[in-house]
Amino acid sequence: MTYKKRFDGRKFDETREIETKVGVIKKADGSAFFRIGKTIAYAAVYGPRELFPRSKQNPKKGVLRCNYNMMPFSGSGDRVRPGRNRRAGEISMVTEKSLLPVVDLSGCPNAVVDVFIELPQTDAGSRCAGICAASMALADAGLTMKDMVAAVSAGRVDDKIVIDLDYKEESYEGGHVADIPIAMVPSTEEITLLQMDGRITRDELKKAITMAKKSLKEIAEKQRKALKDKYRGK
Amino acid sequence: MNEKFKDHIVKALNKNVRMDGRKKDDFRKITIETGVTCNAEGSARVICGETEVIAGIKMAVGTPYPDKSDEGILMTGVELYPMSNPDFEGGPPREDAIEIARVIDRGVRESGMIDTKKLCITPGEAVWMVNLDIAPINMDGNLIDIGTIAALAALKDAKMPELKNGKPDYKNLSKNPLPVSKNPIEVTVLKIGENLLVDPTQSEEKLLDARLTVSVLENSDICAMQKGGNSPLTDKDILEMVDLAIKKSKELRKLL
Repeated sequence: MTYKKRFDGRKFDETREIETKVGVIKKADGSAFFRIGKTIAYAAVYGPRELFPRSKQNPKKGVLRCNYNMMPFSGSGDRVRPGRNRRAGEISMVTEKSLLPVVDLSGCPNAVVDVFIELPQTDAGSRCAGICAASMALADAGLTMKDMVAAVSAGRVDDKIVIDLDYKEESYEGGHVADIPIAMVPSTEEITLLQMDGRITRDELKKAITMAKKSLKEIAEKQRKALKDKYRGK
Repeated sequence: MNEKFKDHIVKALNKNVRMDGRKKDDFRKITIETGVTCNAEGSARVICGETEVIAGIKMAVGTPYPDKSDEGILMTGVELYPMSNPDFEGGPPREDAIEIARVIDRGVRESGMIDTKKLCITPGEAVWMVNLDIAPINMDGNLIDIGTIAALAALKDAKMPELKNGKPDYKNLSKNPLPVSKNPIEVTVLKIGENLLVDPTQSEEKLLDARLTVSVLENSDICAMQKGGNSPLTDKDILEMVDLAIKKSKELRKLL
């Protein structure tokens, strides 16, 4: 059996519906909301602020610290036990690395910029949604940035290369599946996050990255629109 | 804390004026929305002024406590997400978060709002566990009262999952709501100087001398209380605070 039509009727290179907003958390220095289909991410930025313990401080530039967390009721199965598990720890780290190339922290030595990502509802693609929200929140906080970072998953479902897999596609059983979360700096097309699990050929990977680039530029536009809307008073 | 600042605020409170222009017994505007996260069996978002919380219910099957072998179990969790306020730090819940969770839990539990006997599947072996989690998005004070409203709205919104081979089938929710009745409304009354006020913002909470949370039932009976803050209260204070809590509970009850 081949995967002829996507479960939710999307085109193969089409993302789910995206909603973006900034300034959603008043207590934070910068904040954002990013929804892609049923996956929702909030991000809040605090800082630059003093970093403790001091041993973690860097006298040359500020430190970016990300924390990814799924709310206990956000998953489709059992309750997610609160607290940082191995998965959340790894995602926090790759999120940091995906954002670091665009953020200039040379002006705040010894300080930390904290990024907290919370997911109230997930349907696959949560780390990418988290990165999109975090990037908007960093911009909303007024930090010096070269560009946004946009992220989406590309992949393979059976014999088709697709963009933005949902949970149902990730758990497709009729053939091979590959899930490739990709983050990119849109203006330079530099890739800052790349992970994969599943099975894919070299040529399919090439196609997936090409397709992802197009989607990522569209996502970056939606991220920018949210920032502009805030200042247009929308 | 700056003593001069507190003096200034107390003087204004003596004239029944608060920092945001409210009177001492005014709540901020509250909005409630249910069904806000699709993977929870029940959920609600409550916004009160700038405080915003989401409450979600996840049902699970577990073994009952030996002394209550035919009753389901309610577990309440509150995490003070560092996302929601610059004063909150990551890591396991601290005393303040645990207190909030326990006070909300006690209000719901002691009210008898949930008929735990109806959550029994096989006595002594399997019962439904109701996991209630409260997640602040933006925290600007009064998390106990607002968290309780979110908890009640989420509990009422929840649908039982079907059972499949003794496990919950989250993909197929039944049409049956949880066995809930009653609305135990919690109202926290703050004492700052000689003033009593409700629905504090975070900056008001930082000035408090004492606080009393009162959980009030529909017939104005009280089902749970918690005193907080470093200053003592007199019996006169307590009765005044209880009266104010009962009065405000009637208004809040109308929202649900």
